[in-house]
Amino acid sequence: MSTTILFLAAFFASAVEMVEALTIVLAVGVTRGWRSTLIGVGAAAVALAAIVGALGPALTLVPLDSLRLVVGGLLLVFGLQWLRKAILRASGFKALHDEEAIFARELAEARSAGHEERAGLDWYSFTLSFKGVFLEGLEVAFIVVTFGGHRGGVPIAAAAAGSALLVVAVAGVLLRAPLSRVPENTLKFGVGVMLTSFGIFWGSEGAGAHWPGGDAALPAILAFVLGTSLIAVRVLRREHGRLGLAAPLAADAGSEP
Amino acid sequence: MRLLIGFGRFWWDFVVGDDWRVGAGVVAALGGVALLAHWGVPAWWLAPVAVVALLALSLRRATRAAWSR
Repeated sequence: MSTTILFLAAFFASAVEMVEALTIVLAVGVTRGWRSTLIGVGAAAVALAAIVGALGPALTLVPLDSLRLVVGGLLLVFGLQWLRKAILRASGFKALHDEEAIFARELAEARSAGHEERAGLDWYSFTLSFKGVFLEGLEVAFIVVTFGGHRGGVPIAAAAAGSALLVVAVAGVLLRAPLSRVPENTLKFGVGVMLTSFGIFWGSEGAGAHWPGGDAALPAILAFVLGTSLIAVRVLRREHGRLGLAAPLAADAGSEP
Repeated sequence: MRLLIGFGRFWWDFVVGDDWRVGAGVVAALGGVALLAHWGVPAWWLAPVAVVALLALSLRRATRAAWSR
């Protein structure tokens, strides 16, 4: 059960980040050519794989309880960040992420940027696609590595991230447009719920608590976090309506999560 | 030096985000769980309760900040 949840959490977290990276890569590739852009993507993928490859096995050297405490704490902090922003977006207090608008902005910037060649590459295309994929992927790498708190967690999370990469890449190649129909906030909401639940479960176990029912407590924690978050969205939507606000209050600058 | 500060700021934003009190609350909550467990008191309930409280307080701060704008 926890393996399935772990796979789903890593898959959806990766998919959301890759949709955002795809928007940047497509904008740069379409306007400035694909060679330097794809080399940037490849270089970022290698850097991310190196991070997971180096940190993943290193985690196995840490005693399991200490690892679960640290990893649980990090997942809690990280998960609450995702959840908090997803709740604010779902209730109208923060603007939704708009892939079409980001794509249009990236297109305009890529068209107006000057041409500088370094190491035989269009440097703008290379650095922008590298930064886009690396920074979006870093969050995925972080989640994959922290799932090392679960026995065999890193391979499962890495497989989930690989599957998400495949799905998003194929969709991107077929559509050649940003995946604006992907319900990003719903996915982020779900990922926030899952990361927070894993954080509660592992963090408490690592700190010495014993869950009633052992691993079977995880679905109950998930239901609890989901229920709490849905109530929060409902309360804040009502508050948003009471304030008479038609439009979201804070614009989304495209920052993560 | 500037590079080091930039690197530290990146990781702070990346992990902690825009409400450091959530991170501090998580550390305090897990410390509380460890204390209860050390004293032999059932401690599994503390983290879920802390998460509800931290989320509620953080959302309240965010919506109040938005309202006052």
